[in-house]
Amino acid sequence: MRALAGKSPLVTVGAVIVGLVCVAALGAPLLATSDPIDQDLTVVLKPPFWWDEGSLRHPLGTDHLGRDVYSRLVYGAQISLTISVLAALLGAMVGVVAGLVAGYLGGRVDAIIMRVVDLNLAFPLILLALAVVAILGPSLRNLVIVMSITTWMIYARVLRGLSLALREREFVQAVRALGAHDIRIVARHVLPNVLPPILVIWTLEVARVILMESALSFLGLGVPPPTPTWGRMLAEGRDYLTVAGWIAVFPGLAILVTVLGINLLGDGLRDLLDPRLRRQT
Amino acid sequence: MRRYIATRIVTAVLVVFAVSVVSFLLTFLTGDPAEIMLPPGATAVQIAQFRAEWGFDDPLTVQYWRFLRRAVQGDFGVSLRHGQSSLPLIAARLPATLQLTVTAMLLAIVLAVPLGVVAATHRGRAMDLVAMGVALLGQSVPNFWLAIMMILLFAVSWGVLPTSGRGEWTHVVMPATAIAINLMALLTRLVRTAVIEVLSEDYVRTARGKGLRELLVVMRHAVPNALIPLVTVVGLQFGYILGGAVVIETIFTWPGVGLFTIQAILNRDYPVVQASVFILATAVVLINLVVDLLYVWLDPRIRLA
Repeated sequence: MRALAGKSPLVTVGAVIVGLVCVAALGAPLLATSDPIDQDLTVVLKPPFWWDEGSLRHPLGTDHLGRDVYSRLVYGAQISLTISVLAALLGAMVGVVAGLVAGYLGGRVDAIIMRVVDLNLAFPLILLALAVVAILGPSLRNLVIVMSITTWMIYARVLRGLSLALREREFVQAVRALGAHDIRIVARHVLPNVLPPILVIWTLEVARVILMESALSFLGLGVPPPTPTWGRMLAEGRDYLTVAGWIAVFPGLAILVTVLGINLLGDGLRDLLDPRLRRQT
Repeated sequence: MRRYIATRIVTAVLVVFAVSVVSFLLTFLTGDPAEIMLPPGATAVQIAQFRAEWGFDDPLTVQYWRFLRRAVQGDFGVSLRHGQSSLPLIAARLPATLQLTVTAMLLAIVLAVPLGVVAATHRGRAMDLVAMGVALLGQSVPNFWLAIMMILLFAVSWGVLPTSGRGEWTHVVMPATAIAINLMALLTRLVRTAVIEVLSEDYVRTARGKGLRELLVVMRHAVPNALIPLVTVVGLQFGYILGGAVVIETIFTWPGVGLFTIQAILNRDYPVVQASVFILATAVVLINLVVDLLYVWLDPRIRLA
């Protein structure tokens, strides 16, 4: 981590942002100043505290139902991070296995797996995600599954290339000559060598999934109400754009800053761990 | 070469075939298509009648075969909401979506190439940092939020651009910018990396050795070669651009396929959803095929191999 920070101050900025968002997500019940779902019709559309009519009771103002924007943002971080981290993990597991198998075994298995990757890449992913979520119903579990469908292909592609190359390396040949089983070779000798790129892709994919999840939520197909999500806060704020712009501004900023932080961190990790990935991600 | 082209075409056909399977299976995700197509309060009798009418009681293979046979003839079934054949409904909205996506792509390229080249030729200096900062922001900004902020600024506050609809060129500006922003960021970084790489090639050193002015070296020798990979990336990103259009069209009520499909999804109008998913995915496959073939033609190392 120190090596990373030394390389570029931007990475430090990224790490700090990601850290703060994680703290917000984990500590939401402590950090929130009011209940994020609680409606209070006596304080609807209150502006942020630095405006004349604003007050520190609602630091970032309230929405059309008098709910506290700041508290909703803090709880929204929970949803965004949970879905994106889990979906990126699930996608990584599927993609890594598919890529390793394709690259290591080669031949027909490889051809089939890579055609499935091509097929998946052919769909406008957000459209596919929308259709599937609409049919299965928007729940946290379904969203994680659907998002993972949009992310496994990149691991499969990169890992296939890497394991194809590793298969021919001498140390792998040597273990094979010693009679090790394929599964053992892949798990003990190939996998450890491809962990750095997996970590880098995973980081950048978490950022991408956050963007997609918030888009889905914005369109009304995210985790259903009353759970606060950044995407839906934005969608609700859209209707009050002229009278209460802050409702839409803050959740968008939250998404922007979070994704920016993760991208900074991901870029830094890539430069440190695996500069070769530059061209592929 | 001929063999490569043939393989590429066969693969594309196979992928389109698989696309048809996925589009078909979409409505079977919950097990019973009748259940998701009918409104929630439908009675058992209505469901049974609907199933019989639409042939949902037949074996899956029979149903798929029927779907495929009709799809090949351009028949994706009747829209449950509009009472018309789905395909013409979608086809009528394709030009609007194409106008938007193509404008967005051109905009992204026109912005990204100069930005990337300047960043590469001023590596490590202020210009580079600014360009990379722009790229980083462009990569991280949610495009639907940018769209809303543009509306707030250019339509609500300043009143210089219209908030919705299609017609004048002013209608295209905001939605195209919102769609272009992420691609622009990606391309800027790509162009920068590619130009930096090309600038260390032997033929660039030769050009410099001949005493050519640096501007000429960059514009004539480095940039054209650095831009070749751009073709593939732009092609590969087309699906992503279409996805962006789906979201952005709904914000600006741009009368394209994206808005239409979202409405179909929210209205449970599955014949339209199936047709639209199939058509958009097929378009992506075809564009990638064209891009791959274009690449062969552009890059003599592949063309003459």
